[in-house]
Amino acid sequence: MCGIAGLFSKSPELSGSLGSHLAEMLLQLGDRGPDSAGVAFYRDRVAPGSTKVTLHSADPRQDWQGVQGALADAFGAGEVEVRASHAVIVVETDAEATVRWLRERYPELRVMSAGEAIEIYKEAGLPSEFVERFDLASMSGTHALGHTRMATESKVTTDGSHPFSTGLDLCLVHNGSLSNHNCLREQLRAEGIEFQTLNDTEVAAGYLTWKLREGASLEAALEGCLEDLDGFYTFAVGTVDGFAVLRDPIACKPAVMAETDDWVAMASEYRAIATLPGADDAEMWEPEPGRVYSWDRAPVP
Amino acid sequence: MTIVESAPVVSEVDLAVTPLRELNARLHAQPRGRWRVLNPRGAHAVAVGIDAPLEVEIEGHVGYYCAGMNKHATVRVRGNAGVGLAENTMSGTVVVEGNASQSAGATGRGGLLVVHGSAAARCGISMKGIDIVVHGSVGHMSAFMAQKGCLVVCGDAGDALGDSIYESHLYVRGAVAGLGADCVEKEMKEHHAAELRDLLTRAEADFDPSEFRRYGSARTLYNFNVDNAGAY
Repeated sequence: MCGIAGLFSKSPELSGSLGSHLAEMLLQLGDRGPDSAGVAFYRDRVAPGSTKVTLHSADPRQDWQGVQGALADAFGAGEVEVRASHAVIVVETDAEATVRWLRERYPELRVMSAGEAIEIYKEAGLPSEFVERFDLASMSGTHALGHTRMATESKVTTDGSHPFSTGLDLCLVHNGSLSNHNCLREQLRAEGIEFQTLNDTEVAAGYLTWKLREGASLEAALEGCLEDLDGFYTFAVGTVDGFAVLRDPIACKPAVMAETDDWVAMASEYRAIATLPGADDAEMWEPEPGRVYSWDRAPVP
Repeated sequence: MTIVESAPVVSEVDLAVTPLRELNARLHAQPRGRWRVLNPRGAHAVAVGIDAPLEVEIEGHVGYYCAGMNKHATVRVRGNAGVGLAENTMSGTVVVEGNASQSAGATGRGGLLVVHGSAAARCGISMKGIDIVVHGSVGHMSAFMAQKGCLVVCGDAGDALGDSIYESHLYVRGAVAGLGADCVEKEMKEHHAAELRDLLTRAEADFDPSEFRRYGSARTLYNFNVDNAGAY
C-alpha cells in the first residue's frame, strides 16, 4: 500500500507551520504504511558554494560534534542540528567534495541528502512514533514530501524507507511496486549508479539520477519512467523549487491533489488533505494517469 | 411506543465526534428515517451495508467504499467520493454531487448510481445490473467486463471502454478515446432511447438522448464458437 503526502506552501504563515501540517497528513496515512516513515523538507537555503548535508547514524551515541568539528576544520562548517538519528550540517564547499570527504572519513555514516535546501529524515517504525521522535511539528519549510511505508519488495530498514535521494536537492517517494527493478538495477550499475539496498524504489530513484545526469529535464526523466519502468507507481518528486507527481498509465495507485490560495497538496487519500486549513473549499482533482504534474515557485531574482 | 411514519425528523451524526462504526451500526439498526452526516473528512466506508429504505445525506467529501453494498437506501454525498464508491450495491440510489475516484459502482448488482461530476478509471468495472449515470466524463477501462445494467456517460469516455464486455448497455454523449476488446458501436433503437431517456430523467441529467451513441458487446469473445474447438 504505502501513503504519500506532499505540501507546497504559497504563504509565509503556512511555511512557518509546514511541519505540523505535514505531520497531520502523515498521521492520517499511518495505516497505509505502518512499517516506516520519512520526510523531505526544503528550507533555509544555504549560500551558493555551500552544501547542506543530512546524515544518518545507526549509533545512538554518535558524536555529531566531532563530525561537525572535523568538517569545520576541513572546509568550514556551520553548527550541527541533531534530530533523533539524523543530523544536518552546512559545509562551506561543494556537494561532491563534502560527500567524498564524508565517505572517506566517516564510512559508517549514511548521507541521506545533499543540496542547498533539502533535508531528508526517515526511519523504520510507526509513522506516529516518527512524527514525535523527529519533532516534525517544529519544522518550517517552503515545501515538503512525506511517506508512510508498507514494505512489499524489500526489508523494513532505515535504508529501505522513503524518500530516496535522487541527486542534489532531489528526492523520490513511491506508492506501488516495480517488477523490473532487478534487471534495471544491473543496467544502471553498469552506468555507474550506486545502490545501497535491494529496494525497488531505490532503482526508480537511481533511474531518475541517471536520466538527469545524462541531461534530461525532470519532466523528461519522469516521462522516461513511463517507457522504462514496469510496475505500479504513484511518484512524487521533490525539487529545490517545488514538486512533481506522476502516476503510471494503469493508475492502480491512488492520488488526490488540491489547491487553495495558500497551498498545493497531494496525497494518497483525501483524508490527509482534509487536515489542511481551507481544505473544504479547495479546488480538488485526481491526477490523470501517465501525465506529469509539477509545481515550482519563481526563482529568487 | 408510537412510530410516526411521516415525521420530518432528521437524525444528525457528526463524524468529528461520533466514531464511524457507531454511525454504521445505527444505520443498520433502523427500518426507515432520514439521516444527515456531518464532517466525513474523507473517512472510508461511510454508510456501507444499509439494508433499509433510509435517506442519508453526507455533507462533505468521503473516502473509499462509501455506500457500498447498499440495499434500498438513498445516499447523497454533497462532495467528492474516493475509490470504490457504491461498490456491489444491490438496490437503492447513490448520488454524488462532486467527482468520484476509480472503480465507482464496481460489481453492482442493482440500483442507480449518479455522479454529477466525473468518475475516474474503471467506472462500472464488472457491473452486474446496476445503472450508472455520470454527468461528466469517465476514465480508462470503464465498464471492463460489464455484464448487465447501463452505463451512461454525458461527457467523454477514456481508453478501452467496455473491454471484454458481456451484456451491459453503454451510452456515451461525448468522445470515446478508444473501445476495448470486443466492444463495438451499436445501433440506437427506440427501446434503447427510451431506456436512456428514463435513466437521464431519474439522474436529473438534462441531455437529449439523440446526442448519445450506444456501445455494447460484439459477442465474439465470450460466446463459445465451435469453429475454435480445436484451440481448447
